[in-house]
Amino acid sequence: MSLPAVPADFKEDFKAASKFSEPLEAKVEPVGQYFLAHATRILQDRTWSEYEQIKEKKAREEASKQKKDDGDEFEDVTDPELLEHDPRDWKKCDLYAVLGLNKFRSRATRDQIDRAYRKQVLQFHPDKQGEKGGFQDGFFKIIQKAYEVLTDATKRRQFDSVDKAAEVPAPSKKSKYDFFEAWGPVFEAEGRFSVRQPVPKLGNTESSKQDVEEFYKFWNNFDSWRSFEFLDEDVPDDTSNRDHKRYIEKKNHSARRKRKTDDNKRLDALVKRAHSEDPRIKKFKQLEKEEKARKKWEREAGARQAAAEAKEKAEKEAAEKAKKEAEQKQKREKNKKSKEAKKSAKKKSKRTIRAAVKDTKYFGAEANASVIDSDVETLLSSLEFEPLVELGDNVKAAGDDAEKIKSLLLAAAKATGKSYDYFK
Amino acid sequence: MAAVGIAFGNTTTSIAYVREDGKLEVIADPDGDRFIASALSYLGQDEYHGSQAIGQLIRNAENTIVNFRDFIGVPFEKIDTTYSQHSAKPINVDGKVGYEINGNKITVEEVTKRHLKKIAKDAEDYLGEKIEDVVLSVPENFTEEQKALLINLAKQSGLNIRQTISEPSAALLSHLTSEKELNNDKVYVVADFGGIRSDVSVIAVRGGIFTLLSSAHTYELGGNKLDLALMDFVAKDFKSKYKVDALGTKKSWAKLNSASIISKKTLSNVESAPISVDALAEGFDYNNTINRMRFEVVGRQVFSKMAAFIEDAIKKAGLETLDIDSVLLAGGSSNVPKIARNLEFIFPESTKIIAPSLDSKLPNPNELNSRGAALQAYLISTFDDDVIKQSLSADVVETKQLSKPIGLKGADGEFITVLPRNTVYPIKRVISLEASADDVFIELYEGERTIKETVEEPEEESEDEDEEDDDSEDEPDIIREVVYKPSKLLAQLALRGAGKGAKVEVVVNIRKEGKIQLAARSGKVASKGVIEA
Repeated sequence: MSLPAVPADFKEDFKAASKFSEPLEAKVEPVGQYFLAHATRILQDRTWSEYEQIKEKKAREEASKQKKDDGDEFEDVTDPELLEHDPRDWKKCDLYAVLGLNKFRSRATRDQIDRAYRKQVLQFHPDKQGEKGGFQDGFFKIIQKAYEVLTDATKRRQFDSVDKAAEVPAPSKKSKYDFFEAWGPVFEAEGRFSVRQPVPKLGNTESSKQDVEEFYKFWNNFDSWRSFEFLDEDVPDDTSNRDHKRYIEKKNHSARRKRKTDDNKRLDALVKRAHSEDPRIKKFKQLEKEEKARKKWEREAGARQAAAEAKEKAEKEAAEKAKKEAEQKQKREKNKKSKEAKKSAKKKSKRTIRAAVKDTKYFGAEANASVIDSDVETLLSSLEFEPLVELGDNVKAAGDDAEKIKSLLLAAAKATGKSYDYFK
Repeated sequence: MAAVGIAFGNTTTSIAYVREDGKLEVIADPDGDRFIASALSYLGQDEYHGSQAIGQLIRNAENTIVNFRDFIGVPFEKIDTTYSQHSAKPINVDGKVGYEINGNKITVEEVTKRHLKKIAKDAEDYLGEKIEDVVLSVPENFTEEQKALLINLAKQSGLNIRQTISEPSAALLSHLTSEKELNNDKVYVVADFGGIRSDVSVIAVRGGIFTLLSSAHTYELGGNKLDLALMDFVAKDFKSKYKVDALGTKKSWAKLNSASIISKKTLSNVESAPISVDALAEGFDYNNTINRMRFEVVGRQVFSKMAAFIEDAIKKAGLETLDIDSVLLAGGSSNVPKIARNLEFIFPESTKIIAPSLDSKLPNPNELNSRGAALQAYLISTFDDDVIKQSLSADVVETKQLSKPIGLKGADGEFITVLPRNTVYPIKRVISLEASADDVFIELYEGERTIKETVEEPEEESEDEDEEDDDSEDEPDIIREVVYKPSKLLAQLALRGAGKGAKVEVVVNIRKEGKIQLAARSGKVASKGVIEA
């Protein structure tokens, strides 16, 4: 199927002609992955392209996960020493390495062991190796031994017990190390011997006190299935020398017991050392100390508060006092000022009145000037502040009107009730 | 916790699940049956189930319950008891259908519960784990009430039905998934010939989404009718030999019925089968061998009715046999080779008939429903109940679909379908075409259905005819086929500089609101435009 050429008269790039016909409305059957995809699109209100992108991303993630999962699962055995190992001495081999299960070791599942065994058999079966020389024959025997041991639960435990390659040594005391980085793998490795599963993790600096205590409690009461039968000296199975057989058995038995006790001691020392080095334990102790101090501080809180309150009260009182004093002072000053103003007003009024009396030529009775003056003086000295100011204002308002001033002064003099010579 | 699919039929029930390796498996009951008879029989205190109950039909018919599924949720007055004549008789229990067993009344609901419990137990024994999530396939014409009732009954039997799906969809889903053909846009006829009923559905598959175009249901066709025809034939033969009516007594009827079923099933696989009944009637034995040809002649009427029934359903959808891309045969009776052969006559050569007699690699058609249900159960096993419920709501299920196909006009003026009719949108489709010139012209059209007739030289080829035709005379045959032609122009887009012979990718993206984005791309050149809704 092919597309035609652009006609000569079509110049633009795109031309919409019409909409498509009215759609049908129909029910679809709610089955199948495409329907579910459709439903997801509608429910999440996504466009087709958005949905495609999401799906692609998911598929990619899935693919990469898949890859990780079944990436080269079992390694190939290339170590010549292992390949040429004497099959009679198979106990000295690393049986996991023989099957290419180095990565998994005690975590290898039965299924993995089966598959690894099959893979090895395909490669190392004498039929396959015939032309390549003889040593693989021996290695094939070891493979079979390894399979036999690892597929028998009891034997596998015995081998795991003495699996040197799975051991993680405790960090050297002399070296500098991060506690968690160094000890985490140690405890994880030791944990494989635990009868009780799951084994608590060492955790990190953030672990709660309870977790840490649980952890050490677990390790202090560690219940181990580790046993040392695998290292037994082979018991001769001929019946020729019973005594020798019993002797070997006895020796094995005591060796096993000794190893077990040693192992327990070792573990005990290990846990003690870790406990003493654990920064969290130190931290918790420190915290405890701080807590105590804080509690003490809290206990004394009552007294401290009372003192603080008293101090506060005193300060408050002092402040109030100072405020009051300031106010009084202000008031006093204000009074003083008003007094001065009064004084000047009084003076001014007196001056006005005196001047008015003088200006009006003593109401035309200049002859009596001294009498009037003395009377005016009497009047002015006997008048209170307000009537004086009033009188002053009135006199000023009266201007040159001698009679009026005279009458005003007369009225004022009368009101004072003093004896006058002129204002009678 | 296992997710399984259950197909609960009138005649048989089957249960399937998706294994860890992704393959489907139909679970067998302790008797080894993968199609467990939907039958319960009571003898004294004992309850028999499955094929053991079927065995009781001869001696203990009145206490044996069969063909009860379609009575669920139907009032007593409305049921058709045709298929309960030779077993326990339905009676009226408070308006519901019930049975009287050893003097005790038992409703069909109780019967269903017991049946489902039994099925679930068998499956749990087989799987060794508890069945939790179930998808149940139900007939396409079950009402919502019937579905709800069935879900409730299943719940009381300890099964959590997460979804019910219709039988034709289940069968089609199963077929398309196993053939990896979900993505092909085709129109299917799903013909389900069961024991006592037959259903035909026309389903359009567009981008993996199924739309039911039409459906038809009948109790007039099914395996039972073939059994009866075979029994009739035997009875006549018996009478001519011994002058005795082989169907005279209930017992002889039941004996002959059971023998006929076995012979019928055998004939689906081999050319001839024995049919023998000891002491069929009045002490006379019946021993005979029947070949497939004979059987096909005996059942001829039924076979031709089946073909006609399918044609009716297609007509109901407003289509012709020419429009059908494939016919999927489901149900137990579809094992009969004659059915598939008949269909080859009524459909054009371009239509693929999917039947086990034509392709031995196909699974048993009777398994399709449960397989589909199991697939669905597997698909939704990671979804929450809420999400499933929402996805069954009208907002999701009611869709807008194209009423006319949308496609491009090719270099020779032909219509290249991009999105066929009944495609649900929003959708995005990409097709790859060759450029016939340096600058290519992309014209988006709606298509118009036309019939192209070509006259062929006489050959063994028959037109739409119902009966078997022996009169294929030497006259030229007219081959008709559906051809779409560009009719309404939607848009024109030019892609310049693509280069002759280069691959051009054309993207048609229809948005929810009906806006079409048309884009074309070839190497570094690209061009696009939008038709607003």
